[in-house]
Amino acid sequence: MRLTLKLAAVLAALLMAACSSTPTDQQKPAEVVDGQATPTSQTTAPTTGADSPANPGQAIDLTARTTNGPGGELTDPKSTLSKRSVYFNFDEYSVREEFRPLIQAHASFLAKNRDARMLIQGNTDERGSREYNIALGQRRAEAMKRMMVLLGAQEAQIDAVSLGKEKPRREGHTEADWAENRRGEILYNSGALKEF
Amino acid sequence: MVRPCKGLRWIGVFLAWAGAAGYAQAQLEIRIVGGGGNQIPIAVGAFAGETSEALQVSRVIANDLTRSGRFRLVEGSLATVVPDTDSPSLGEWRARGADALVLGTTSVDASGRAEVRYRMFDATRGEQLLGTAYRPGAPQLRATAHRIADAIYEKLTGDRGVFSTRIAYIVKNGPRFELTVADADGANAAPVLISNEPILSPVWSPDGRSLAYVSLQNKKPVVYVQRLAERRQIAVANFRGSNSAPAWAPDGQHLAVVLTRDGGSQLFMINADGSGARRLASSSAIDTEPIFSADGQWLYFTSDRGGAPQIYRMPAAGGEPHRLTFEGSYNVSPAISADGRILAYIARVGGQFRLAVMDLESRQVQMVTDTSQDESPSFAPNGKVILYATQSAGRGTLAAVSIDGRLKQTLSVAAGEVRGPAWGPFTQ
Repeated sequence: MRLTLKLAAVLAALLMAACSSTPTDQQKPAEVVDGQATPTSQTTAPTTGADSPANPGQAIDLTARTTNGPGGELTDPKSTLSKRSVYFNFDEYSVREEFRPLIQAHASFLAKNRDARMLIQGNTDERGSREYNIALGQRRAEAMKRMMVLLGAQEAQIDAVSLGKEKPRREGHTEADWAENRRGEILYNSGALKEF
Repeated sequence: MVRPCKGLRWIGVFLAWAGAAGYAQAQLEIRIVGGGGNQIPIAVGAFAGETSEALQVSRVIANDLTRSGRFRLVEGSLATVVPDTDSPSLGEWRARGADALVLGTTSVDASGRAEVRYRMFDATRGEQLLGTAYRPGAPQLRATAHRIADAIYEKLTGDRGVFSTRIAYIVKNGPRFELTVADADGANAAPVLISNEPILSPVWSPDGRSLAYVSLQNKKPVVYVQRLAERRQIAVANFRGSNSAPAWAPDGQHLAVVLTRDGGSQLFMINADGSGARRLASSSAIDTEPIFSADGQWLYFTSDRGGAPQIYRMPAAGGEPHRLTFEGSYNVSPAISADGRILAYIARVGGQFRLAVMDLESRQVQMVTDTSQDESPSFAPNGKVILYATQSAGRGTLAAVSIDGRLKQTLSVAAGEVRGPAWGPFTQ
């Protein structure tokens, strides 16, 4: 019974991947939200699709997840995959050499798990224009995405976005606070793990 | 000369907004920290019939005029009721230096219907310069006072008054973000969107009925349009990647936005309902913060195509962008006056972010603030004042400065931080 459910889920994921490719010149239909109440953070299902149906030869390994909570190795502190922050130098957006192993590990996970979807949120420190910082955070997220695609992830698996300086992890105003806020953050939708 | 009511229609629109009780924490506190030269001395008598605080139309008029920095109230203003007659005695006001005298009557009948009459006289020649009667409902007395102040301001300065306009800004209070709309004097503040996720970059539609803004409520920047009379938001740019920096085209039918759907932050035009996205410019650099000139001819924007963020201008119909800022390595967030002559922007000078003003004809640049974390400049629709965000004692506040840098005001809230101001259009 349990196996049947899992199979159904995998089949559904494969069907979605095959059917719902999203050309980049289209957007989601205009959504209407009640502006009176506090809008909840609505999680819309990612509509990105793989370029081709998943290769049946690449099995999706769900066993790790059952032993380690909903995130499996993605949230296991012993796994590199639980490390989700990539830090950047001031006003820069190239991925520092020390974060290459981390990017490699995530790229490999995406390559092995074609149903997994990743959201990379670029962040900046508090200095300067809000909108220019949105653009700078976007460059950081895109630099991480580009490297992951070179290392085996599918382009359609990753959405690179920016939060600019709007969601600082540290609210202080020292160089150490700024350094913590200049980063790309990796989130997953994979199996039971729904981070965005 | 007393003309019949005008502006009632507008006041009706305004009413849909009022009812701000319970939002006192978002009320802006205004403090004037400078003064201009050449102020016009004016006398405003207390209006007959202003028996309670709620009826003090004359006080709202006087506050508007002094806050503009272009008027000075002469001694004795508001102190006593000046009789509302065709031929007031002007001698004592002339002696106190007044160029003009404003007097009037405020009355409310048993059914709550208010009437406000006012007249303005040339204190030297005795000639009546203005005179109108308004019959607003009692709750619209403030709006009526702003209309009167607008008429006085325009008559005596030649420029259009902005006292009846509104402003939008974001209040951050702990984890809570409120996109707020208030009268230009900070009164009647009321939130139009409340969220636990950041809101930024609000801009008014040219008709003043809608706001476009960026909200992170869906874990990424999405551009929404919200009609203010309806409690609805519509996602107009929700493409793959980030969607931000909306700017309304003067026709009200289109928005310039920044999309990253094709990689990089690039300028696009979309229809106001979100359809028909098309590129405005193409570069391998960051292009962001678009803003149209009031005549729709030009598009100003920030780009780092030259290696560092600078402000550029290109024909809105397409064409070659030309760089406008050359001093320093960080010039961002352009705003343009309605007459197209003055560019305001944020310049980084010695690690400090300050509001700069450029005369586009002479290309002369003047730094008009001495603060260090200025952001988000927005012109008053008459082009005389720039509203912007800054920090004061470690807290986000709004500030306003006259384009010559002489008159400065800060606008803060009792609790929380204020940021991202946008001054609305004229509303006639």
